[in-house]
Amino acid sequence: MESGYSRVDEEIHPQLLDLIPKERNWFVKRDDDHNIEGRSRSRHGNGDEKKLELRLGPPGVEDWSLSDTPKSYKSPAKASANVPNTSQKRSAPAPVVGWPPIRSFRKNIASSSSKQAPPSDSQNVVVPDNVAKKEKTMETCQKGFFVKINMNGVPIGRKVDLNAYDSYEKLSTAVDELFRGLLAAQKDTSGNQEQEKAITGLLDGCGEYTLVYEDNEGDRMLVGDVPWHMFVSTVKRLRVIKTSEISNICLGSKQVKIRH
Amino acid sequence: MVYLFPEEVLEHVFSFITSDKDRNVVSLVCKSWYETERWCRKRVFVGNCYAVSPSIMIRRFPEVRSVELKGKPHFADFNLVPEGWGGYACPWIAEMSRAYPWLEEIRLKRMVITDESLELISTSFKNFKVLVLSSCEGFSTDGLAAIAANCRNLRELDLRESEVMDLSGHWLSHFRDTSTSLESLNMACLGSEVSFSALERLVARSPNLKTLKLNRAVPLEKLSTLLRQAPQLAELGTGTYSSGLRSDVFSGLSKAFLGCKELKGLSGFWDVDPSYLPAFYSACSRLTSLNLSYATIRSHDITKVICQCPNLQRLWVLDHIEDTGLNALALSCKNLQELRVFPSDPYVADANVTLTEQGLVSVSEGCPKLQSVLYFCRQMSNSALISIAKNRPNLTCFRLCIIEPRAPDYTTREPLDVGFGAIVKHCKELKRLSLSGLLTDRVFEYIGARGKNIEMLSIAFAGNSDLGLHYVLSGCESLRKLEIRDCPFGDKALLANVAKLATMRSLWMSSCAVSFGACKLLSRKMPMLNVEVIDENGSLDSRLDSCPVEKLYIYRTVAGPRSDMPDYVWTMDQDSAKTIS
Repeated sequence: MESGYSRVDEEIHPQLLDLIPKERNWFVKRDDDHNIEGRSRSRHGNGDEKKLELRLGPPGVEDWSLSDTPKSYKSPAKASANVPNTSQKRSAPAPVVGWPPIRSFRKNIASSSSKQAPPSDSQNVVVPDNVAKKEKTMETCQKGFFVKINMNGVPIGRKVDLNAYDSYEKLSTAVDELFRGLLAAQKDTSGNQEQEKAITGLLDGCGEYTLVYEDNEGDRMLVGDVPWHMFVSTVKRLRVIKTSEISNICLGSKQVKIRH
Repeated sequence: MVYLFPEEVLEHVFSFITSDKDRNVVSLVCKSWYETERWCRKRVFVGNCYAVSPSIMIRRFPEVRSVELKGKPHFADFNLVPEGWGGYACPWIAEMSRAYPWLEEIRLKRMVITDESLELISTSFKNFKVLVLSSCEGFSTDGLAAIAANCRNLRELDLRESEVMDLSGHWLSHFRDTSTSLESLNMACLGSEVSFSALERLVARSPNLKTLKLNRAVPLEKLSTLLRQAPQLAELGTGTYSSGLRSDVFSGLSKAFLGCKELKGLSGFWDVDPSYLPAFYSACSRLTSLNLSYATIRSHDITKVICQCPNLQRLWVLDHIEDTGLNALALSCKNLQELRVFPSDPYVADANVTLTEQGLVSVSEGCPKLQSVLYFCRQMSNSALISIAKNRPNLTCFRLCIIEPRAPDYTTREPLDVGFGAIVKHCKELKRLSLSGLLTDRVFEYIGARGKNIEMLSIAFAGNSDLGLHYVLSGCESLRKLEIRDCPFGDKALLANVAKLATMRSLWMSSCAVSFGACKLLSRKMPMLNVEVIDENGSLDSRLDSCPVEKLYIYRTVAGPRSDMPDYVWTMDQDSAKTIS
C-alpha cells in the first residue's frame, strides 16, 4: 500500500503531521532494543515520513483528553511518567467492565467448585474399590447444594446443604435443629423462657408440621415419596408448613395420598 | 463458450461450488451467471444482520435452504454492549416463514430470538432440520418445546452458550415418539433438569445421534445408561462429573465408555471428581477434541489424561494445567492444532497456578501443527513471543490475554511491541489477532506493515495516539472486523481512513477518544455506513461536537439506518448539516 490515506474528499485530508500532537513530550529512548526486528519504516509514500520517527516514551506520558474514563483501568504503571520497577505482584486490580475478556459462564469456575485443592498424588488410583474407601472428603469434589428452607410462622429462612445428608431422616433431624429455637422465640411473646419443643413427625403426617418442597417444575410436593437422590436432583426449595394447612395448598400431580 | 451451456448445466456445475466466497465471485462473471447462480444458491451467510434486510436477501435468493445470521458485535460477549441493543431475529424469521417454506437450517449467533419466533419456525418450515443458537438470548424452554414437538425431521438442536430462560426441563419430553431423526443435541447451557426417562428414550430411538452434550444437571450415575443406548456417539458432553461414594458408578461408566468406539470428542466435566477420570481412558487414544475448561482438576490429573491422547487436535483447558501440563502436552500431542487456556480465577492479581509464558512457548515448540491459540496468562515477554513466532509461523489465530491491562514485558519492563511484531512478521497466514499488555503505536506500525492477512483484530488498552489506529486502517488490507476498547484513538485516524471502513464488516470503538462531531462527519461522508453511537449517560442532543462518545459501532450496510434501536443508540443522521465545531 503506497498511500496511507483513503481520500474521499479533499476536505478530510489531514496532514500526516497532524497525527502527531505537538504538545507531546517525546522521550529519547535507547536504541539497542529497537533493533531486534529492525525498524520497518512506514510506507506512507510521503516525504513527511521522516517526521514519523518515533522516539518512544512510556505511554503514561500523554493525557488522553478523555472526559469520561471512569472505566479505564488505572494501573499503577500508567500513573507515573516512568515505567515503574514494580514487582510482578500487585494488589487486586480495580474491576474493569468486560475485562479480562471471558464469557460470563466462565466466571466463578474456581468458586463454584470447591476452593480446596484436592490432595495431590495419592488418591488417583484406578481401582474402583478405593473410591468408597478414600479418606479424601467429598467436599473437595462436590459443591454444597444449598436450598432455602422457610417455616410458616418464622419470618427468617434458613439454608440447608442437602449434600450433607443421605436420607430423609437426617434431613428431618436437621430441620428440627434449624428451626426449633427460632420457633420457640417466635411463640414466646411474654419473655418467659419457654421450653423448646422438638419438631417431629415432619415426614409421616403425624406431627404438627410437615415438610414440603418445590420441585424443578414449580410444583409443591410432599417430601418423602421418591428415592432420596431423586429428591435431591429435583428439589428447588423447602418449606415447613402446618399439617393442618395441607389441604389448603395446591399439591402437585404426583401426589396420590392426602394426609389429613 | 458460455452461451452454449443451458441453464441446467450451469446450475449443475454451480452445485459443486459451495463456498460463499466462490459463489459470490461466480455471480459477478456475467448477468446470466448471476441469474443462474442466484436461483440455485441454497445457503446464505449474513455476517451482520443489519448489513442487509431480509427482503433484499429473499429477493435475490429465492430458493434458499440454509441461513446463517450474526447479530451483536463480538464485544457483546464481554458485556460491553448494553441490553436491548438489537440483533433481533424476529423480522428475519417472519419474512422467511413466508418466503422460504422449504427452509431447512437456521443458524444464529449473538441474536435475540423469542419463543414466538421459535414457534413460528417450528410451524412454518415443514422440512426443518437444523437449529443452531449460538450465544443467543430472549427465548425460554417453551420455545424449545415447540421446536421439539413440531419439527418432525429435526436433525440438529444446538443451543451452545445461549442464555435460555429456563422454566423447566419439560421441553425435552415434547419430542415425539415417532421422531427418530436426531443427530445432534447440545443442551449444555441449560440449568434445569430434564426428565431422564424422556432423554433416555429420545437417545434410544435416535440411531443417528452423533453429538450429545448434556447439561450439568444430568448426574454421573445416569451417564452410562445413555452411553449404552448410544454407542455410536462421536461427541459427548457429560453432565456433572462426580458422584457419591459409589464404586458401581465407576465400573458402569468404564464399561459404557469402552463400548463407544466412535468417540472423538469429550466436553462437559463440571464438578470433576478426579477419581472418575480413568473411566474414559479407553477413549483417549481416539480423542481429537477435549474440552476440560470447566474442570478444576490439578495439573497432574490433566496431564495423566493428555498423555494418553496422541491424536488430540483441540484442547480447551483451565490454567490449572500449568506449565508442567503444557510441557506434557507438547511432548504427547503432536497433532495439536488448537489450544485454549482459560483463567480459573481471572479477578485476582496473583493466581495460585504456575502458568506462565513458558507453557505456551513449550507448546509452540513441540506441536508442529499448532494453528490457533487463545491464552490467558499473567506474564509475558518479548523473547517468549519471538520464540513462539519463530517456532510456529503457521499460526492463523493468535489471541493472547495478559490479565492485567498494560502489563509490560516482565523481564525487561519494555512494551511488548517487538514481540507482537515478531508474531505478525513470521506468521504470514495470521487471520485473527488479539493484543494485550503494554503496547505503543509501534506495534501497530508492525501490524499495518506485516499483517496483510489479518481479518479480525482486537485491541485493548494499547497505543499512544491516532497514529496507531491509522497504521492499522491504512495497512491491514484484509481487515474485516476491528474492535477496540480503551485506546487513545480519536478522530484523525478515523477521518483519514473513511473509505477503508466501507471495505470492512464493522468497527467497534469503546472508551476511546472519538468525538461526536467526527461521528456526524463520518456519517455524512459515507452514506453506506451506519455510524451508531451508544451513549447510556443521556441524550446526545445536548452534546457538543467535541464530546467524546462512549461507544461507537460502525458497519457497512445496504439496508440503511435501522429502526429497532433502544433510546441510547443513535445512528448519525446522514443529512445532518452540522460540522465539527
